[in-house]
Amino acid sequence: MSAELLNLSCSQLKAQIISKKTTSLQAVNAVLQAIEKIEPVVGAYISIFKEHAIAQAKNIDEKIASGKEIGLLAGVPIAVKDNMCTVFGATTCASGILKNFHAPYNASVVEKLIAADAVIIGKTNLDEFAMGSSTENSGLKKTVNPWDTNRVPGGSSGGSAAAVAARLCFGALGSDTGGSIRQPASLCGVVGLKPTYGRVSRYGLVAYGSSLDQIGPLTRTVQDAALFMNVIAGHDCKDSTSISQSIMPVPDYLDKLDEPVKPLKIGIVSQLNAGAESLVQKAINDSLELYKKLGAALVEVKMPHFDYAIAAYYMIATAEASSNLARYDGVHYGYRTADPKDYIEVYSKSRAEAFGQEVKRRIMLGTYVLSAGYYDAYYLKALKVRNLIRSDFVKAFENCDCLMMPVSPMTAFRIGEKTADPLQMYLADVYTIAANLAGIPAISIPCGFDDNNLPVGLQILAPAFTEDKLLRIARMHEVNTEFHLKKPKLIQ
Amino acid sequence: MAQNISKQDVQKVAKLGRLQLSDDEIEQFTGQLGSILEYVEKMNELDTSNVEPLAHCLPVNNIFRPDEINESLCSEKTLANAPDCEGEFFKVPKILDESSA
Repeated sequence: MSAELLNLSCSQLKAQIISKKTTSLQAVNAVLQAIEKIEPVVGAYISIFKEHAIAQAKNIDEKIASGKEIGLLAGVPIAVKDNMCTVFGATTCASGILKNFHAPYNASVVEKLIAADAVIIGKTNLDEFAMGSSTENSGLKKTVNPWDTNRVPGGSSGGSAAAVAARLCFGALGSDTGGSIRQPASLCGVVGLKPTYGRVSRYGLVAYGSSLDQIGPLTRTVQDAALFMNVIAGHDCKDSTSISQSIMPVPDYLDKLDEPVKPLKIGIVSQLNAGAESLVQKAINDSLELYKKLGAALVEVKMPHFDYAIAAYYMIATAEASSNLARYDGVHYGYRTADPKDYIEVYSKSRAEAFGQEVKRRIMLGTYVLSAGYYDAYYLKALKVRNLIRSDFVKAFENCDCLMMPVSPMTAFRIGEKTADPLQMYLADVYTIAANLAGIPAISIPCGFDDNNLPVGLQILAPAFTEDKLLRIARMHEVNTEFHLKKPKLIQ
Repeated sequence: MAQNISKQDVQKVAKLGRLQLSDDEIEQFTGQLGSILEYVEKMNELDTSNVEPLAHCLPVNNIFRPDEINESLCSEKTLANAPDCEGEFFKVPKILDESSA
């Protein structure tokens, strides 16, 4: 019974709760039981709010029983990446420096989830401050891939992706600065959407690269991603980079979801796809064949500056990070060194003792590229390259509705395989980074498996603020395939 | 353009970034930052002399709102996470020594 319940999508579970076939409490209990059994192996969560979730579920069940109006996520247990502020529990960013930090306010997305009657079951693990592509940079715990526990779940939203794949929640929020929603979604066989920059409020998201960060959903279906977007999208006066309703109205993402996009022109960049593992390429090609059968036309497009995205990204993201992370000073909140000999040591020793290696490396790199004498050569140059990359997309979208390519050049890699050489880890982000630099939306959907039974993700990228169309294109794939219904052996 | 980063550069940057790094870390970062910067040099293959820098991708610039007083965090909540505080203040070690008093 509870296993059946756990396999439902958010949309299905919500329908069952509203029609009183099941209750939110039953769903929460099923998830808590699964967590007891599977979580010790997977390690997806940093905090679990057992009592809080049970109380919340009971409230929602009462609301439904008494015939009151119910929110869009009526009683559905979901998880939140632990870099979004919550007044309940800690907000750690998987960092020693925030291990005991209790946020004094909720992130806007958290407020929206609560208003939609979602039940927040816990907060998920990540690479410290969302810096990484494997969740191995977490300063607090290890998360493994539910499809193969010797492998990484991807990152930085690895905890969210693993929790959704292992049925330890029905959906989750992640954040994406250079692929941190899409890449773990791909490696764990779930759906991950990075919305357009400005579509979802970042208020209460702990900042990493402020011109690139965006919050989005990780779910088991495209339909659920649309449902989440209906909850979290929209303007927020507390985030001045969120777009106002008058400039860019928020559509109903579920409204026309099942209407296929016709005619559909898909842009492909052949030379790019060639860089992926052969079985990743095969899964992508199979997907393109499927779209062709559904009536889509493929057009070859050129992205002459795509190759420079990683270089530009690691300059811009680290520059922004070095500035954003200056706030961890051992004075206002967070860790302070035990016995500073003067006030300078309050900063420099607290930071040295509590930040992990990757965070230090990025602060160092960012500080260097912003320092006198190097600013023009590195940072300014990167901003100009960023403009060229955005122009590539603008030109490409003149000839097609969307672009399709892999999410990751490889399926889930082994734990420890890429930790020795930071540059090798950065290069794994080759397909995801450009969307952040250009601010456009992109989604990862399950599209196949390699010969180790590891999931492959298809990435679809679309023009800014066209998530509704992007989701419809992704939905065409979903209703014609069954990859999203496969489950890891671990939970069979 | 800039040569590979030296150990002295790394020490200087660590000071600017307020990170008290160990000798081992300085050594390690010198190598790692060097190879990352070497990779990044590939941006120089592109002629960007006529390209504007792009700091963000939004179709908006200034955001204005009425200058009204709204509710903000009270000092009790603000100080709740402080490593050390006294009364309504964050507490830090002495900044001025006796001679400059």
